[in-house]
Amino acid sequence: MPKYNLNVNGKPRSIEASADTPLLWILRDHLDMVGTKFGCGIAQCGACTVHIDGNAARSCSLPVASAEGKEITTIEGLSEDGSHPVQMAWKEVDVPQCGYCQAGQIMTASAFLAQNKNPSEAEIKNVMHGNICRCAAYNRIQKAVEIAAGNME
Amino acid sequence: MSATSASITFSRRNFLRTSSLASGGLLIGFNLFTACKSDVKPPIDLAELNYKDFNAFIKIAKNGAVTIFSPNPEIGQGVKTAMPMIIAEELDVAWDKVLVEQGVLDTENYTRQVAGGSQSIRFSWDALRQTGATAKQMLVNAAAAKWGVDASELSVSEGVITNAAGKTLGYGDVVDAAAKLEIPENVVLKEPKDYKIIGTDQVNVDIDKIITGKPLFGLDYKVDGMVYAAVLRPPAFGQELESYDATEAKTMPGVIDVIKIGEKAKALLGKEEINWTAQLSPSEKVVVIAKTTWDAFKAKKAIKAQWKDTSTLESTEYQDKKLNDLLDGKEFTTLREDGDVNKAFAQADNVLERTYESPFLPHNCMEPMNFFAHVTDKKIHLVGPIQTPEDAANTVAELLGRDVKDIHLEMTRQGGGFGRRLYGDFVYEAAEIADAIRKPVKMVSSREDDMTTGVYRPAIKYRIKAAIKGGKLTGYQLKEAAINGNMYGLIPNFFPAGAVENYRVDVANYESNITTGAWRAPYTNFLAYAEQSFFDEIAEAMDMDKVQLRLDLLEKVKGTTDERIQYNPERLQAVLKMAVDKSGWGKAPEGTYQGVVAYYCHNSHVAEVADVQIENGMPVVKKVTCVVDCGIVINPLGAKNQIVGGVIDGVGHAMYGQFGFKDGVPSSNNYDTYRLIRMNEAPVVDAYMIQNELSPTGLGEPALPPAGGAVANALRAATGKRIYKQPFMEDLDFWRVEEKEIIG
Ligand code: FES
Ligand code: FES
Repeated sequence: MPKYNLNVNGKPRSIEASADTPLLWILRDHLDMVGTKFGCGIAQCGACTVHIDGNAARSCSLPVASAEGKEITTIEGLSEDGSHPVQMAWKEVDVPQCGYCQAGQIMTASAFLAQNKNPSEAEIKNVMHGNICRCAAYNRIQKAVEIAAGNME
Repeated sequence: MSATSASITFSRRNFLRTSSLASGGLLIGFNLFTACKSDVKPPIDLAELNYKDFNAFIKIAKNGAVTIFSPNPEIGQGVKTAMPMIIAEELDVAWDKVLVEQGVLDTENYTRQVAGGSQSIRFSWDALRQTGATAKQMLVNAAAAKWGVDASELSVSEGVITNAAGKTLGYGDVVDAAAKLEIPENVVLKEPKDYKIIGTDQVNVDIDKIITGKPLFGLDYKVDGMVYAAVLRPPAFGQELESYDATEAKTMPGVIDVIKIGEKAKALLGKEEINWTAQLSPSEKVVVIAKTTWDAFKAKKAIKAQWKDTSTLESTEYQDKKLNDLLDGKEFTTLREDGDVNKAFAQADNVLERTYESPFLPHNCMEPMNFFAHVTDKKIHLVGPIQTPEDAANTVAELLGRDVKDIHLEMTRQGGGFGRRLYGDFVYEAAEIADAIRKPVKMVSSREDDMTTGVYRPAIKYRIKAAIKGGKLTGYQLKEAAINGNMYGLIPNFFPAGAVENYRVDVANYESNITTGAWRAPYTNFLAYAEQSFFDEIAEAMDMDKVQLRLDLLEKVKGTTDERIQYNPERLQAVLKMAVDKSGWGKAPEGTYQGVVAYYCHNSHVAEVADVQIENGMPVVKKVTCVVDCGIVINPLGAKNQIVGGVIDGVGHAMYGQFGFKDGVPSSNNYDTYRLIRMNEAPVVDAYMIQNELSPTGLGEPALPPAGGAVANALRAATGKRIYKQPFMEDLDFWRVEEKEIIG
């Protein structure tokens, strides 16, 4: 099986896997980083969202071969201690119900806010609508993104 | 007509036991659901902590730190936060100093740990308060003995005991002495007005782990040497495995083996010991065992399997016809009958009859079904998300022919439940696989597996008929045609039972090979929409205000002596009036159209008003005002999350949830073909809770059922059209309205 050198949360990691293995399963099964979640496997729900060179990407549909040479950030690497403004806002608002979708929601929101610090209500809805929350915590997600926007550096 | 006196008994004297911990401190074991045997004691060593006769524990350490082991499965409904809050309140400790841990289920020892029916808080409210208060009293008694004063002279706040002279002792200072005292009886519980923790907003106890991506869920659980299993199940309901060829799959990367399971489950089918949560499949299945989930998923696709038809391959049209035949037929069971509906219809000025239809629905928990199992000759270790751990352990013991004492079952946090994880099919699969390969293994369903091999909410039809005479509602008949079972026995006693003189509920069903079961707010999740949009039509036929009709009907139930009536008319009127007030009912601005519902289910009273506007020629649900009376609210922050989520879930499934079958094969298998409500479609939900001092009821379900009705009624107000079928948005052209010309 081919070898891949990845850069995950600022650390070099090398793994062996078949070329079509999605980054999601590399993270979860090969690297034991289970914060990134599996929801659909077909880029429809956003549970598996990570940052690739700072942009939100669906790791379930990104073959490991194309993740080489890129900066991969997962929920575990978003901050050392949960202190990223988006994480803090999620806590302040008490967003989660079951919590399963929330890593993906946070990763989508944080990539977006890094580029747009003053989003409108409609822009937030538009960017977050790719992330399904089966518990329907959507009102609180909206509120948390608004709060986080005000606290981004 | 008290709604529901829970049939749970616990002896105040017997349900608590204490012991001194070897490491110092006090351990209090208690059982939420049954009395403990009088001869058992909690262990003195925490390592031996189990559920022999207690399903929950409080530990108070010598430094005063309090740990509460919460027993009930957490599926997102918030009990892991709310249940310990109740203990902490009566114990009188500061909430932010309390550590909460999920209790395990040890089948050597379990009693009852279930998440379902919005019951966790309702059933444990008394026991949790008694436990906290008893522990506090023991600590106070120990302090009184130390000071040589009467316990009644002491006061307590946040874990500090103060005497008349102003001297203080912390719980940690007296905990060792307290552990040696007799358990006091008849402890005094706090008055609700003195609550400091109950009724305050507290953030989910797992919040830090959730936002930083720490392992929490079943899918996250891992041990050294663990392998992954993907299960190939029959593609259609009504089919079974005939043969398979795994030659290619076995050569694929990461694949360890391909095996067949299911013989053991088949042997159990129909056995009496197996209860309703079992949902065993009649078919054998092919399982890929691989080093990673992806390897297993991929190799599964390479298996060439032959399936044989063993029973009817049902299609949606077939089911539709069956249900219509039931409604048109004569074979009904009558669940409640008051007066004579036929006479009322015969004498009526006006008879209204409508039929309402709903599709099947998958649960679609965000975390797909999965379970960890490791079977050895000595032990069976099971870990994962399950709402009925006790049943799962029992069934696994039956399945593998093992003593239930060999089973150790741990519950993880669960990525949604909605009723799906009441059924243990995935646990038995994991156990059967682990028994065959004798390695630690995680069975993982893909989304496609999860959606196409579900335990669905069955399609249901209701036919409702009303008699109106002299401007009054004189008769009401509800007929239910369902699949694999009918509404549970309390539902015929929900509103409007008792409010209409001639009233009757008839039910019928047929047996299908499609696995069906509870789905968040079973039956009422669809019935509420049917009945409450029917009430709107009754109001229109009687030329009455829609709110007034409901208030008038409820008025008639006041003072009823009918013990069967489940709801409280005063409480239902109160939520309705508050919803009218908060939503600005009748005073909506130009372009906003409203629909109202008042409903009772799952022991809570709820009213909702939906606001619809027309955007780009289509009706859009903008806002839902929801008022809930669920008694005392333990954690308003968590409770509101449940209410808002429940409402949006209800709106989403009423609008978009579409699921059917073609020759036994489900019509959708992933989110590209199954529509769940998303952020841009979610209305703003304004949630209110009635403040009272009545015992708490449940919140995981009751806000969902009224939402569909409120939306249907608002859609009618906005477009003039009535919809009799879910999902509402199946045919968009039905709703399209001419754009009004914008002038100026
Ligand atoms: S798991 Fe990747 S988008 Fe759903
Ligand atoms: S919190 Fe449960 S899926 Fe979003």
